[in-house]
Amino acid sequence: MRIELVKRPQQSTLFSVLSPLIALALTMVAGGILFAAMGKNPFEALYYYFVDPLRELWSLHELAIKAAPLILIAVGLSVCYQSNNWNIGAEGQFVIGGIAGSMLPVLFPEFQNGFVLPLMLLMGMAGGALYAAIPALLKTRFNTNEILTSLMLVYVAQLFLDWLVRGPWRNPQGNNFPETRRFHADAVLPELMPADGRANWGIVFAVVAAILVWVLAARTMKGFEVRVLGASPRAGRFAGFSAARMVFFAFMLSGALAGLAGISEVSGAIGQLRPSISPGYGFTAIIVAFLGRLNPLGIVAAGLVLALTYLGGEAAQISLGVSDKVARVFQGLLLFFVLGCDTLIHYRIRLVWPAKAVPAGEGA
Amino acid sequence: MSAEADAEPLLEVRGLTKIFGALTACDRVDLTIAQGEIHALLGENGAGKSTLVKMLFGSLEPHSGDIRWDGKPVRISSPSVAKKLGIGMVFQHFSLFEALSAAENIALSLADRTPIAAIAEKARSLSKAYGLPLDPNALVGDLSVGERQRIEIIRCLLQTPQLIILDEPTSVLTPQEADKLFETLERLRAEGKSILYISHRLDEVRRLCDRATIMRHGKVVGHCDPRRETPASLARMMVGSDVKAVERPAAPQESGEHLLGICGLSRKPAGPFSVPLRNIWLHVPAGQVVGIAGVAGNGQGEFFEAVSGEARQDAADVIRIRGKAAGLMGITERRMLGAAFVPEERLGHGAAPRMTLSENLLLTRHATDAKAFVGAGGLVKTASIDAATQRIVSEMDVRKSARDPEAASLSGGNLQKFIIGRELDRQPSVLVVNQPTWGVDAGAAARIRQALIELARGGSAVLVISQDLDELFEMSDAIAVMNNGELSKPIPIAEATRERIGLLMGGAEPGHAAPAALAGMEPA
Repeated sequence: MRIELVKRPQQSTLFSVLSPLIALALTMVAGGILFAAMGKNPFEALYYYFVDPLRELWSLHELAIKAAPLILIAVGLSVCYQSNNWNIGAEGQFVIGGIAGSMLPVLFPEFQNGFVLPLMLLMGMAGGALYAAIPALLKTRFNTNEILTSLMLVYVAQLFLDWLVRGPWRNPQGNNFPETRRFHADAVLPELMPADGRANWGIVFAVVAAILVWVLAARTMKGFEVRVLGASPRAGRFAGFSAARMVFFAFMLSGALAGLAGISEVSGAIGQLRPSISPGYGFTAIIVAFLGRLNPLGIVAAGLVLALTYLGGEAAQISLGVSDKVARVFQGLLLFFVLGCDTLIHYRIRLVWPAKAVPAGEGA
Repeated sequence: MSAEADAEPLLEVRGLTKIFGALTACDRVDLTIAQGEIHALLGENGAGKSTLVKMLFGSLEPHSGDIRWDGKPVRISSPSVAKKLGIGMVFQHFSLFEALSAAENIALSLADRTPIAAIAEKARSLSKAYGLPLDPNALVGDLSVGERQRIEIIRCLLQTPQLIILDEPTSVLTPQEADKLFETLERLRAEGKSILYISHRLDEVRRLCDRATIMRHGKVVGHCDPRRETPASLARMMVGSDVKAVERPAAPQESGEHLLGICGLSRKPAGPFSVPLRNIWLHVPAGQVVGIAGVAGNGQGEFFEAVSGEARQDAADVIRIRGKAAGLMGITERRMLGAAFVPEERLGHGAAPRMTLSENLLLTRHATDAKAFVGAGGLVKTASIDAATQRIVSEMDVRKSARDPEAASLSGGNLQKFIIGRELDRQPSVLVVNQPTWGVDAGAAARIRQALIELARGGSAVLVISQDLDELFEMSDAIAVMNNGELSKPIPIAEATRERIGLLMGGAEPGHAAPAALAGMEPA
């Protein structure tokens, strides 16, 4: 038996809209089965996972903290993916953004005034953008596959951070712990409503970025260029658009947003550099981008959903005693079902039995 | 006609209906094809011919109606079912993998695991037997449209079908090549095979086909014996009214300035199978249409890319647009000088298939009409683009199913009318068109040709690259011939004859003498 995907002549508009919701529902069902197999009551488990974290104000603040980097990164990635540039290395750009922005409070702790934070944010964006320019350069100059190079640069960035905090940037008063000095007050991203919870300006950056990129993508010439070059490169060249410049634009925009997410996380939620500053935001944001259908506004919603999987993972660990790796499982399930549902909008499955197997004649 | 009476028809279709949303693409269509006949399917673009044959080939499922094959009712649910019945099809839009060789593409469609070498050998012998010259080892990506079509035809023949459906097969062939194809088809008919032949070329339908079924607006409007009809009467049945012949008013006296000048254009081959351009000289004066004839794959695509600026030159004065040296400029800057371009491939080159018509309008006019279409901060002005789109649609009579549909949803001819209309709408002073009416029906083709002539007579320079000699003779004031990357001297239309052009197309005469110094620098 062979399974074939046959292209549908027409795509259902209804299911295009419903697809992310169906994927969510399927994730719940699969998650429930998973919990049941582990001997837990699936309904109770799903409650702790998806509902309990939403019941208290402080916990909603935590949700915003987790959602902010996911949304920021995913919004940038949506531009990359729309233009057919496969940046898988946002995690690395996030880390480099965090490092670049931390230079001021770590290396010049005496430089304390109102300019520090804005400078840090700008340096974080510049760091992320320049780091993302490496795979762009390799792609345009040497025709290298950007999926591989951007992914490999993630490990370079992570190990570079690890070396920094254990070596040259280690806190001299830190009892040999692998971390930098804590940021002074001027270098910390302020909290929005300190009375209720820890949420900081990161979520505001994320929503503003989503709105700006949405306008860029849907209403401007640049957004049009992104879509043309992504969907039909030859027509894009005929339109006079430069594919090489688009590679740099897409990579550096998404790198800058990932860098901004990195420095916001470091200066807001963490307050210093540590060997690890991200629970995989850069990779999870790929799921966010697709769950949000590469639409910046959809990404805001999708970012909140994925942030919930992080919180739910923690909650499930505490209430049910399951490993917090279950969060990764849920994220994986979600990506699987999103891509599966999207594929089934464009294709239908056909089973071909060997007895009457005749390969389809239509090639491309 | 008598064959029909005494033998069971091979294919009998009764009341076949296909509905897309509000559009009934095929409305209770009846069609009978006898054993061993060549049956023509005629109709304008959007008449429902493609929908009908897609249902016969199993790519679309009918809404209602019956299909009987050899007297037995059948349900053709997929192309593989069609193939097993013995129905083969050569599509107008090809389905080939560009990164694979011709033989590998053929292998993909075969059921068994024949080695590639054996397939290449079979393809080679078929191509020889049926007059379809083809190198089975050539990469499809480097082949011209004409050569790609030959792969499709050979691929179809390899499966020894009983009924062969050919969608616009001769649109890319030279007269001599078309003659060879007709011999092939006649031989197949003599072998008892049936052929369903879709074409807009009424002359060849009259010459080749035994019977014709004519469709208009999704319905069958008549059957006839095309050999007893005239092209005019066939066209009238298709369109429902008389087709206006293209009028070509006298060209202005040769005094017009050279709006487009190509001065010693050479280009190295971009890929292993592309054709190098060798020292091409050509001037297109204001007020004239200059045609470039030639067999597919002789450098026309490379030439178009070089003139349009998709491929830039090494020296500025190789291309002159309205007197300005444009060789180093990209396509946008050349457009800003007043030039406009229409490439051969409509989907994926001239238009982005999955984008709407209004977005496709913006595709080539975002820079030249920046004032009208793009506002402050790069914001796109949707309303004025939409208005311009509707203006072009009504000006060129583009038929479509929605207000602003995706380009890919239009039939080939209607999309071509839109793409040409998009450029005409800006009144360019130089227009370069590659294959203006490929796969376009008589009514639409006449409209496009007339519009191009009118543009020239209004004071623009029009350069038309075409493999359709009839078209070039109808439109051009002078015809040059491209052969193996060289361009002959343009022959004024008064002195041009089919024989003379045909000989040049076959490469009987070398291109006009190039300065020796330049000739020495040509790439091998």
